Amino acid sequence: MEARTLSIRDGMFRAHVCQAGAGEPLLFLHGAGGLHDGPYLDLLAQRFTVYAPSHPGFGASEGSEHIEDIVDLALYYHDLMDELGLESAHVVGHSMGGMLAAELAALCPHRVRKLVLANAVGLWRDDAPVLDFFTLPPDKLLAYTWHDPQSPALREMPVPDTDEGRIEMLFQRVQAFTTATKFMWPIPDRGLKRRIHRIQSPTLIVWGESDGLVSAVYAEEFRSRIAGSRVEVLPECGHFPMFEQRDAFVSLVTGFLAGE
Amino acid sequence: MKVHFFHLMPYRFLPDDFAERYPSVWVDVPSHLFDPAKGHQLYNEYLDELEHAASLGFDGICVNEHHQNAYGLMPSPNLMASALARRTRDAALIVLGNSIALYNPPTRVAEEFAILDCLSGGRLVAGFPVGTSMDTNFCYGAVPGTLRDKYQEAHDLIIQAWTNPDVFTFNGKYTQLRYVNIWPRPVQQPHPPIWIPGGGSIETWEWVTQRDYVYCYLSYFGHQRGLTVMNGFWEEVERQGKEANPYRAGFLQFVAVSESDAQAELDYAEHAEYFYNRCLHVGPRFADAPGYRTMRTVRAGLRSQLGQQVHQMMNRELKWKDFVEQGFIIAGSPESVRQQLEEAAKALHVGQMMVLLQFGSMPPELVRKNTELFAREVLPHVRGLWSDYEDRWWVKPLPAGERASPQSELPAGVPAGGS
Repeated sequence: MEARTLSIRDGMFRAHVCQAGAGEPLLFLHGAGGLHDGPYLDLLAQRFTVYAPSHPGFGASEGSEHIEDIVDLALYYHDLMDELGLESAHVVGHSMGGMLAAELAALCPHRVRKLVLANAVGLWRDDAPVLDFFTLPPDKLLAYTWHDPQSPALREMPVPDTDEGRIEMLFQRVQAFTTATKFMWPIPDRGLKRRIHRIQSPTLIVWGESDGLVSAVYAEEFRSRIAGSRVEVLPECGHFPMFEQRDAFVSLVTGFLAGE
Repeated sequence: MKVHFFHLMPYRFLPDDFAERYPSVWVDVPSHLFDPAKGHQLYNEYLDELEHAASLGFDGICVNEHHQNAYGLMPSPNLMASALARRTRDAALIVLGNSIALYNPPTRVAEEFAILDCLSGGRLVAGFPVGTSMDTNFCYGAVPGTLRDKYQEAHDLIIQAWTNPDVFTFNGKYTQLRYVNIWPRPVQQPHPPIWIPGGGSIETWEWVTQRDYVYCYLSYFGHQRGLTVMNGFWEEVERQGKEANPYRAGFLQFVAVSESDAQAELDYAEHAEYFYNRCLHVGPRFADAPGYRTMRTVRAGLRSQLGQQVHQMMNRELKWKDFVEQGFIIAGSPESVRQQLEEAAKALHVGQMMVLLQFGSMPPELVRKNTELFAREVLPHVRGLWSDYEDRWWVKPLPAGERASPQSELPAGVPAGGS
């Protein structure tokens, strides 16, 4: 993918955006761990113009000090879309990015053509608490986020091959989680339930059946609150369907976004 | 040098297999391990110990704030200081302190500290820690990514609440108040001395030095390991061109005095082991929420005191020999303790020495022995240190003649049992 940096609000933010492909615009919003580049983005780019930005405070994007809460972040994405020249786009949000995508669609329905929520946070059930993943080291987290922690698909999540690179990756992770705490600490419920009824975009809810971070019961929570939405649960799949069941994920998303 | 008696108020009755059976002494420590009847005894025992220390001539007595913690039974140190204010005369009440980002609104702290200052006749030292990650992020749900910003705002509000004589409006990011006008106001003007407990973050060194506050390193790992942090602080003082006055720094040190070095081990070893092996059994999940430390501090490779250090050490059970050799505890005969404490104070360049003479499971009779031996055999010999420097960070109480004397007995004619 091609990377570029955009200046937002006269330099208040610097947005690092990966872009690829041609076709209708698709905005991919990443989760709390930052943007995991992978073949799924290239596959989506065969059909769409994919924009995969890093949120402020994640990766190489700057300006998180100007973002206080999830609504600020959603409004920032309106500015980013303006800067990209996008009046509207399909929006695909994963995990925390799903919460953000839902907020974006609720705040300004006409800018979101179709919405895909993948293993999204943003709602809360006392009987199925979202995992306190902030407290778990990467190796422990694997058991909760992958159906098969030995899956060969893990190799698609790139890990640097030098010590320096791996240390830098750990710093990046701390940086990403630090910013994510603004939207998710101590509980990832920031009032989406009061706004979610405003979503008008056709919506697909995709969930890995074995997700131990945010249980698949939340798929139904989202479905019941978004008119006309539908759920697709992927078997043998954890929190990262775009990696663990990449082809099924890409095919579902592409079919939904490209369909009538 | 000033010497202060510090108390953590640990629960003394954790089971022998605590560290094997339970995940953490903090945050999710099982409630069934706490016996309220024992709690009744402990609070009274510990307040007695602090009062006893005050009567023996320690310069100050220190309490601090922890939540959901079996080695620190003071969610509200102000309640303890309040009880102590009535039963002590001259010792400073050093509250180290209130985690000001946790109070809503933070003027609550300005009010309670003003009460304590009035109640004690101007003997309060006001401590403002950020608070540990366990206390703030995990127990009180404070967002790690905004904790320090919120702390700064709370600090600014409290200082204004103390120093602005007029009713004013505060429009903060985290607190909005139309009418700030605290009653009562502190005896010490413009406000009580401010001491900041820190754990080695670069930003805290800078800020404390700029504001001319006292920096306190409340380490459980002794003077040898404390050097790195204190050196970092003193380098910052030098960088800012401020006077290297030892009284702008405090340090917490465990001390165990006995008749001889050998007797010290017999007296204190099991209680030290209780502290380091049970009380510091903090679940690694709770050591350090992402965002609790700034990226600058993370990148500088510094670790918060209960983060990495504990984990490295908790890999094996520690013994008395480790504590003494590594300086976690300054222990031995009065002669030996005197010498070690003076060397430590000089190396750390510290003028506010806080000693922990009750630690772990130490019962009251042993605390009494330790406290009395220290007060009689050590304290007079180390007081003279730093006599060339002026302590500009000390309490300014009302003159003794103007201070109230609490009546210890009910006046005649008042029935003790009520009506």
